Amino acid sequence: MLSASHRLHTDVLSNEENRATYGKCNNPHGHGHNYVIEVLVGGPVDPETGMVVNMATLDEVVQTTVLERFDHTNLNFDPLFVNQVPTTENLTRAVFGVLRTALPAGTLEYVRVEETENNFFQIQGE
Amino acid sequence: MIELTRRATFSASHYYWNDAWSQEKNEQVFGRCARRNGHGHNYTLEVTVAGDPDPVTGFVVDLKWLKDVIENEVLAAYDHRHFNLEVPEFADNKLIPTTENIAIAAWKRLEPAVTRAGGAQLTRVRVYETPEIFAEYRGEL
Repeated sequence: MLSASHRLHTDVLSNEENRATYGKCNNPHGHGHNYVIEVLVGGPVDPETGMVVNMATLDEVVQTTVLERFDHTNLNFDPLFVNQVPTTENLTRAVFGVLRTALPAGTLEYVRVEETENNFFQIQGE
Repeated sequence: MIELTRRATFSASHYYWNDAWSQEKNEQVFGRCARRNGHGHNYTLEVTVAGDPDPVTGFVVDLKWLKDVIENEVLAAYDHRHFNLEVPEFADNKLIPTTENIAIAAWKRLEPAVTRAGGAQLTRVRVYETPEIFAEYRGEL
């Protein structure tokens, strides 16, 4: 889980258009969520270890590449979100991107980011 | 392509009954679910749409819009209703309101509104009858 704040706002749109598009998510001082990140890896079971991916390795990768970067931060200040709005769609893409690079090739099956208990976003691996 | 899922809950009552069968056969096949006074559940509906985030807004679709679609197309008809008596696609023994059929019926209610709006397509409807049981429909395969 990562706890972070964000504000949905784009300079491409006027203040009125931002308000109309994003509603209360456009409030000037931002707001926060406890995002729940679900990472699914898949592949053959290694005959020596009996594992698809070592869970300790998976924990370490998620910790160092995702949680240390985004947990207890304001997403709008992350370099990734200088030029794009930190919607959960774009956060999911960002998390998927860093995990696909960091995990053993071909093992990442999906990343799911739950913004609240009522909505979540998911990207499938190839 | 990214998938976005929104959850909603509704509470409804139903019973299982096939009018072409005898009472004995209905009770044999459907058990307690065949009791004609019905029973109820707290259902959880999960609606998944897929598309690419809009480059300006970062949204696949506006979650508030999706909430309204679910509310208007499904919850308005199903929430605090009796499927067998009040919901048009099930009433008069047209369709047995199993979780499977509710998932398909919810899809049919949602799909035109999602398609009409453009920008995203409906890819999955999942209906939980209890926390332990769900049925999922992904459209015609």
